[in-house]
Amino acid sequence: MTEFLQMGGYAAFIWPSWGLAVLVLLGVTVSSLRHGRRIQKELEQSELKPEQKKEQS
Amino acid sequence: MFDYLANPARFQRIANVIRPLAWLIFIITLLPGLYYAFFNSPADYQQGETVRIMYIHVPSAWMALMGYVLMALMALFYLVWKHPLADIAARSMALPGAAFAFITLVTGSLWGAPMWGTWWVWDARLTSMLILLFLYIGYMVLVDSFDREDRGSKAGAVLLLVGVINIPIIKFSVDWWNTLHQGASVIRVGGPLIDASMLIPLLLMAAAAKWWFIAITLIRMRTLMGERRLQSRLASRREGGAHD
Amino acid sequence: MAKMSPKARRGLGILAVGAVLAVAVGLTLSALEDTVVYFYDPSTLADKPLDDRLIRVGGLVVEGSVSTQTTPIQFSLSDGAAEVKVVYSGILPDLFREGQGIIAEGRFDGQVFTAETVLAKHDETYMPKEIADSLKDKGLWKDQPQSDNAY
Repeated sequence: MTEFLQMGGYAAFIWPSWGLAVLVLLGVTVSSLRHGRRIQKELEQSELKPEQKKEQS
Repeated sequence: MFDYLANPARFQRIANVIRPLAWLIFIITLLPGLYYAFFNSPADYQQGETVRIMYIHVPSAWMALMGYVLMALMALFYLVWKHPLADIAARSMALPGAAFAFITLVTGSLWGAPMWGTWWVWDARLTSMLILLFLYIGYMVLVDSFDREDRGSKAGAVLLLVGVINIPIIKFSVDWWNTLHQGASVIRVGGPLIDASMLIPLLLMAAAAKWWFIAITLIRMRTLMGERRLQSRLASRREGGAHD
Repeated sequence: MAKMSPKARRGLGILAVGAVLAVAVGLTLSALEDTVVYFYDPSTLADKPLDDRLIRVGGLVVEGSVSTQTTPIQFSLSDGAAEVKVVYSGILPDLFREGQGIIAEGRFDGQVFTAETVLAKHDETYMPKEIADSLKDKGLWKDQPQSDNAY
């Protein structure tokens, strides 16, 4: 296991590479999903008639 | 086919089918891809274990290039046929494309440091790749810097088409000029120069990157279409309100 | 021309602008050839005017030419046609070895290249060590670089 983590002495280059890639791609994924969900909710809200909106709140 | 898809409702129906499929293919290529990349592929005869950086660096670079080419194609459709959906597609691909360009540059730097002996050089390949990242960022800033959205879209489309000249420069820089970066290993005349044991994880990771890009692009397109619908709905309500 | 649809006109316009741009970029890059090229080969180095500017030379480390015991380190670079002697006192990259592609940055006095930085350039071949060894055993190893740009 330690041998695997050491990556033949190149751990300091290999793990940051993958770590950064995961971080960036995960960040894009999460922000895209969140933004999408927010817009979807706002769309549903705007489809309600004003009277319904009052009743809801 | 483009005209067929240009109908937003029809596009959305098809996209709703493809999106979960894209996530599925992403997962079933990513998991074996990671397994091969870390546990079931050999160290390189020259570069030792650092070859494992290749499995994220090279797919990212391919996707950064492919994403830009697709965006430029959308820009062409938008400028010539004025399809709003083409504009939405181009805008939606910008962030994931930029992410790949950024990852390419940073992982390349982390690979170059131990192997070449330098984090960065201004050779033709590295410089043109940096320009690609700037084009992505420039596009994202430009399209959002106009009061009228369609002006931004048009300016952005022009930038994309002008910048497409950079793509063959990136691809062939290693053949046209002496560079520190080596030549192409996979997409080259005469076939790949990578042993099959390393080609497997590379192609699996490339497939995973591609399907992630497709899934994210479809999500962002739906969001952007929703945003535009929301805006026009609010605008018409405001107009309607004035008549009450 | 007058009968063209607006669509076709826009398309043609974009095509024309693109073509002009491509030619312009092509001309610029070929004019800047010397700047775009990251390093020179040992055979072209001789044609370069001698001055005090930093230049880069790239080639394969000649077998048997390396003496790391001396300070500065000495080795020769070859592009198959010409050789240049390099002296260097600094840290060598991990990939430095005989037969490896190397780029040295420094100054050339017409005889000896005094390097300030040495970078390793690897070729585009990737394979496990066992396969590389067995290729060498069977005498199938190609010492020649796979492409012009392999060093």
